[in-house]
Amino acid sequence: MKQIGVPAAIAAAALCLMPLAAPGALAAAGPIAEGGVNWQAWKAGNDVDNLASLQRGARNFMGYCSGCHSLKYKRYARMARDLRIPEEDLERYLLLPGSKTNDYITTSLSAADGEAWFGKAPPDLSLIVRARGADYVFQFLKTFYAEPGAPTGASNLALPGTAMPHVLADLQGVQNAVFQTIEIKGADGAVSTQPAFVRFEPGVPGSMTEAQYDEFVRDTVNFLDYVGEPAQLVRRSVGIWVILFLLAFTGIAYLLKKEYWKDVK
Amino acid sequence: MAASPDAVPGQKSGGFRAWLNKRMPVDEFVESQLTGYYAPKNFNIWYFFGSLALLVFVLQIVTGIFLTMHYKPSEAAAFDSVEYIMREVEWGWLIRYLHSTGASFFFIVVYLHMFRALMYGSYRAPRELLWILGMFVYLALMAEAFMGYVLPWGNMSYWGAQVIVNLFGTIPVIGPGLVEWIRGDYGIADATLNRFFALHVVALPFAIALLIMLHLVALRQTGSNNPDGIEIKANLGADGKPVDGIPFHPYYTVKDIVGVGVFLIFFCGVVFFAPTFGGLFLEKPNFEPANPLSTPEHIAPVWYFTAYYAMLRAVPDQQLGALLMLLSIVAFFFLPWLDRSPVKSIRYKGWMSKLMLALFVIAFLGLSYLGLQPAEGIYVVFTRIFTVVYFAFFLLMPWYTRAERCKSVPQRVTYHA
Repeated sequence: MKQIGVPAAIAAAALCLMPLAAPGALAAAGPIAEGGVNWQAWKAGNDVDNLASLQRGARNFMGYCSGCHSLKYKRYARMARDLRIPEEDLERYLLLPGSKTNDYITTSLSAADGEAWFGKAPPDLSLIVRARGADYVFQFLKTFYAEPGAPTGASNLALPGTAMPHVLADLQGVQNAVFQTIEIKGADGAVSTQPAFVRFEPGVPGSMTEAQYDEFVRDTVNFLDYVGEPAQLVRRSVGIWVILFLLAFTGIAYLLKKEYWKDVK
Repeated sequence: MAASPDAVPGQKSGGFRAWLNKRMPVDEFVESQLTGYYAPKNFNIWYFFGSLALLVFVLQIVTGIFLTMHYKPSEAAAFDSVEYIMREVEWGWLIRYLHSTGASFFFIVVYLHMFRALMYGSYRAPRELLWILGMFVYLALMAEAFMGYVLPWGNMSYWGAQVIVNLFGTIPVIGPGLVEWIRGDYGIADATLNRFFALHVVALPFAIALLIMLHLVALRQTGSNNPDGIEIKANLGADGKPVDGIPFHPYYTVKDIVGVGVFLIFFCGVVFFAPTFGGLFLEKPNFEPANPLSTPEHIAPVWYFTAYYAMLRAVPDQQLGALLMLLSIVAFFFLPWLDRSPVKSIRYKGWMSKLMLALFVIAFLGLSYLGLQPAEGIYVVFTRIFTVVYFAFFLLMPWYTRAERCKSVPQRVTYHA
């Protein structure tokens, strides 16, 4: 009956394997010129055990990100408890209007509006660090640059063609990216040219120095790291006791074994 | 005083124990399975992994029960319910990490257990059926792990399921219909997730439990092999017990407890300090919800399947690749008849068997690594070389096990107290 069945199935399977060869759905970051600044090596260097940093990160997120991005798995109350933020401070500084302390951290921007305004609804950021890594988020927030042709007037090295405007431009300032055209030899020997990143140059200055901005981004990434896996605040400290118990247990078990095996010759 | 009606001959009359044994053969069972079951005294470190596999199985069942209390097997709620477990269920994160780490450690333990059998010829007569039953446990475990991986409904769950289920579509004639039947839909969807859940929590755990039981029944019948590959039953003492054997209980029970302790140190080290294991045990793309419109950059199964996945991609033809993958697992079933060596253990086999086993391990590890890499350039070349080595281990076995010169096997097992 269905003569095309087998080839179609193979084609479907092959189609599923295609991403192995072809670049994924996410735009890949472009090349870096020889001697250019290797921003892909930038590390977030955040520390989720640094409570003050987490608190600053929470402030940063609520102040600059929560207008568009939700943390839909995170309750205000849990955040306040974990980060030891007093309830008055939570209500006065962090709670979005209309939210109660036990609510999840949602955003007032609807997905439909987001899509209409930016072409893509801003994603929920609860798991962004788990899915992409802290370094990626750090690099993303650091590599916005002026791109007059883009709809938002900005582009990004970590996520070329991002729909997100450079929200932190007031703090970081607007930097210009210097590119250099390089030749790339394809697998088939054909040579194509591509812009390769060289370095950033200061454009419009922001209110922060570079070091201050790095710290700001690091705190924010740190907070998102914590939001991705809140259990990590207790996981390691519980783990130390578990391992200590197991060491003692194994030691005693070994002595017991030795005692029993004395008579095996 | 008259004897109690519940008295058992040869036992102190009266008491709860006598009452119980009259109604259920508890003492008889312990005697036949534990205290009266003689195991070779020369077990080495490789003999821990059988009992450890059983431990991980129990751990998976217990943690699985608690996960089931909070997990919701539907397209709309699955991903959220896993995050709910991770965040809002008391100790939910621990239960989930024990389960997800348990899956990876199950395979680590089973692979080491199988390697032990390859080294010491534990698949040889009279243990062919024991080996085959073990292979069926492994097959059921693979199905269990695959379906369990789909349940969190992350993007890798979705695309992994897509690729693996589509493999059935390469079967001639019935393939396409079969794929639809497995999925219950035209794509991986709610119906697929729901049935995988049913199979993962009910059908396959029952099947695995039954197969493990049969595996143990067969083991009790033949007795354990040992690193020397000698039958201890061939050398009985005046009391009719093997002179090189010791009762399983208490000797191996106390020894296995030490193994459990050491194992749990490693296991908990991962659970508490590296639960994603650098993206190998819990992959990054699986922290994004399933999205039919966005494929992860590289689709790859979890590490324990990547050797087979690499072989699937070793040849340009999908159908051939799927066949190769199938054969690579089927080959294990024929081992008892492929090995023609006069000796069982690698200790007394010749250099060719040793070399081939070493190459096989390198090929398996190499393929496992390559399965995680994109199928292009030099990776494909190495994948093909390792695939050839993998199959050479099996196909040439009848020849190299007979051609080589073996060492003479001692009468008694090697044991230094």
